[in-house]
Amino acid sequence: MFNYTIRRLIFTIPTLLFISFVIFFILDTAPNDPTGNLPLTIPPEVREKIRISLGLDKPMFFRYLLWCQQFFVNEPLNMIEQWFNITIGDGDRLRVQSWATRSPVVDLVVERMPQTLWVVGMSYVVGIIIAIPIGVISAYKQYSWFDQIGTFISMLGFSVPTFFTGLLMIVIFSVNLHWFPSIYDTTHKVTDWGSFVFQVKQMIMPVMVLAFFNAAQLSRFMRASMLDNLQQDYVRTARAKGLKERVVVLTHVLRNSLIPVVTVIALGVPQVFGGAIITEQIFKVNGLGQLLIIGIQGADIPLVQTLTFIFAVLIVLFNLIADILYGLLDPRIRYD
Amino acid sequence: MKITNLLMTAAGASLLASTAMAGSHEARGRDGHVNLIYWQAASIMNPYLSGGTKDTNAASMVVEPLARYDENGNMVAYLAEEIPTVANGGVSEDLTTITWKLKAGLKWSDGSAVTASDVVFTGGYCMDPDGGCQQIGQFSDVTNIEALDDVTVKITFGVPKPFPYGPFVGQETPILQEAQFADCTGVAAPTCTDANFGPIGTGPFVVTDFRANDTISLEANDNYRDATKPAFASVTFKGGGDAAAAARSVLETGEFDYAWNLQIAPEILVQMESKGMGTVLSSFGPLVERIMVNMTDPSASLGDERSTVAHAHPFLSDINVRKALSLAIDRPLLVEVGYGKAGKPTCNVLPAPAIYNSTANDACQVQDIAAANALLDGAGWARGSDGVRAKDGVRLSILYQTSTNAVRQDFQALIKQWWGEIGVETELKNIDGAVFFGGDQSSPDTFQKLFADVEMYANNFSGTDPEAYMGNWACSNIPSPENAWLGMNMPRHCSAEYDGLVAEMAETADIATRAELAMAMNDILMQNYVIIPLVHRGNVSASANTLDGVALNAWDSELWNIADWSRK
Repeated sequence: MFNYTIRRLIFTIPTLLFISFVIFFILDTAPNDPTGNLPLTIPPEVREKIRISLGLDKPMFFRYLLWCQQFFVNEPLNMIEQWFNITIGDGDRLRVQSWATRSPVVDLVVERMPQTLWVVGMSYVVGIIIAIPIGVISAYKQYSWFDQIGTFISMLGFSVPTFFTGLLMIVIFSVNLHWFPSIYDTTHKVTDWGSFVFQVKQMIMPVMVLAFFNAAQLSRFMRASMLDNLQQDYVRTARAKGLKERVVVLTHVLRNSLIPVVTVIALGVPQVFGGAIITEQIFKVNGLGQLLIIGIQGADIPLVQTLTFIFAVLIVLFNLIADILYGLLDPRIRYD
Repeated sequence: MKITNLLMTAAGASLLASTAMAGSHEARGRDGHVNLIYWQAASIMNPYLSGGTKDTNAASMVVEPLARYDENGNMVAYLAEEIPTVANGGVSEDLTTITWKLKAGLKWSDGSAVTASDVVFTGGYCMDPDGGCQQIGQFSDVTNIEALDDVTVKITFGVPKPFPYGPFVGQETPILQEAQFADCTGVAAPTCTDANFGPIGTGPFVVTDFRANDTISLEANDNYRDATKPAFASVTFKGGGDAAAAARSVLETGEFDYAWNLQIAPEILVQMESKGMGTVLSSFGPLVERIMVNMTDPSASLGDERSTVAHAHPFLSDINVRKALSLAIDRPLLVEVGYGKAGKPTCNVLPAPAIYNSTANDACQVQDIAAANALLDGAGWARGSDGVRAKDGVRLSILYQTSTNAVRQDFQALIKQWWGEIGVETELKNIDGAVFFGGDQSSPDTFQKLFADVEMYANNFSGTDPEAYMGNWACSNIPSPENAWLGMNMPRHCSAEYDGLVAEMAETADIATRAELAMAMNDILMQNYVIIPLVHRGNVSASANTLDGVALNAWDSELWNIADWSRK
């Protein structure tokens, strides 16, 4: 298992380098221009100077290598410096800079992380908490009214897009009832009971919209997996031994059914970091997803490159984690 | 809790102020907090490194120029004592120098004095060739900026400047503090993140927290020159979402007090406004949505000579065709469909300021399909069996491009239908804005290359002087491969008469004569139908009914007078 993990980890390095190059190549060949969104009152000669000041006159391969140096060498060194409060070398290194904000991309990402993790992460947790009981009951009472309604609701959750449910909630709860704010305040700090209540109020709509979507997916996985296991011989054996139905379902069947579900959950974690682009935009949560969208619209190539690459790293890592978890949870599976 | 704190601060401030001078109803910070929403979030607070309106507007609360334009387009002295003119001796007789005097006793928000050397430094900061300054256009022809004494600055131009108010007037070119930006010139400019996010200014507010592309928190500047202003103790400048959501937050939920740039369907705005929580405001600058007619041949078969003056357009070079295209358009309907309160039909490419607005072309306000048909019949363009007109084997078939935008696509569909009624076939194309307005040399879809027969977009000019804007249609500004497609003369219009007027305007200082020249240029373009104006577009913003003092300004930052805003 350990050897397997090491082997996989080493193999991720060329994979990620290749991915970073592909991302850079695609972004670079896209007919997008960082000065495209500026007002037309800025004359074309000035635009040309701006492009040169951004380094766009250099050949593409050179710019790629520069990004690699900034991202793989300068940024980690800078992070070490900040963590341990030391200076390595002269401490004056060029970091990956966003073109639109002229600030280090990594700082922007760090600034966006809390709201994304709180809102999108919370929705994932809430989604799991909702999905697992629904999946279990639906499977145990297959074709009952509960199962039928559950199937219908998860079909709705899966097929109705979040930009619809999101707007619907805003119209009902913000515009008509005035219960919750329609705009998320990212600067809000929880210091006491009142501010905690406010935080809950502003999180409730985006979290529920996303949780509904996540739960719809997961509950189907849970149900299918439970149904598979309920048919197994060991379940009949357990019942024949006179175990209580509760123990049969919750201890034996549930634990075995969770194995594939855990994998699915692990594979979904990178999406949490990726932010929920549409939901963040609708509720103005301004997390990582919104950062990415603004970057794409403004042709802020270093920002988009860095963000997409970080997502790629997370996806590769969580794939590995899912594989390892599978091996740990199910002793029948061995990789070596 | 936050609000209570703010109220406490405000109360404290008012107590202090009342002992010193005015009553508490006039004290700084008396009205607590104000929330602004700009759905395009601000990325940076340094206007020299970003030309985006959202960024210059945000920065205008903090850093200020020597003079601004008010809501009527008149110049108002801000950091300057008065506006220099030839009459008061501030502008030299030969129009090559302008001398500004700063107000006495001005202080930066950190308490230090504002001096002429800050102004000189700011000029040098932008004119540094390695700095990538986005406002360098405002400094064109400047040869020298010097401080005559602590409060006097003299700007010298290489050529006579009849309108010498480019540098340091308006939101694009505010004064930066030399002490803060001294190490941030040239290639170092983008690396000074802290300074670019939180410039020290003279404006009514100072930045306390800047989250790029998200939220800016500001509080009142203790050293602001008017002790009774601003009325608000703090500001939240929130970004993100879309125009409809921003409008909703002011007009329907009341979470925000002011929302910027609400380009959404007019009927939706009216419906939101009917809730009675806020008001939709509009103001008109020189922005005109127009169709640019390509006078050169865009066929792909011409290779490198595509859309260059080497080949005249096969049918758009016939003025009858261009005139018929314009006659067939129902401009009032376009306004109703696309802009509502935020638009007016126009027959000029230069409809504002009012003194430059020509009345010679007003007939275009009325659609006349019959006249357009008659014109084409008379010019020998006969309808074929498919209803499309042709002459000598040339069919009137047009490729009509614009940027991707719901209103523009509606316009395209309507105009395609009207042109169909006069026997002109139209193919529509829309291109993402960042590509269309971007200058990527490898892309065939930029608005400058104009590899199409006609294209539609909106343009305007900053400030109130149209000289540079009207100069766009001189022969020398035709985009071509030789000048890397730089240049804004999209129709590739070239006439000696027009160039003569451009040269004359560059030497004329008298405002009435300048207006006549600008109108004459406008009339040449209109009467040759090389530009077909459609809609004079305004800015649309929404303000909560509890907010007082908002004066929507199309000539400067919308937040130009935020120091005067208060709660009713």
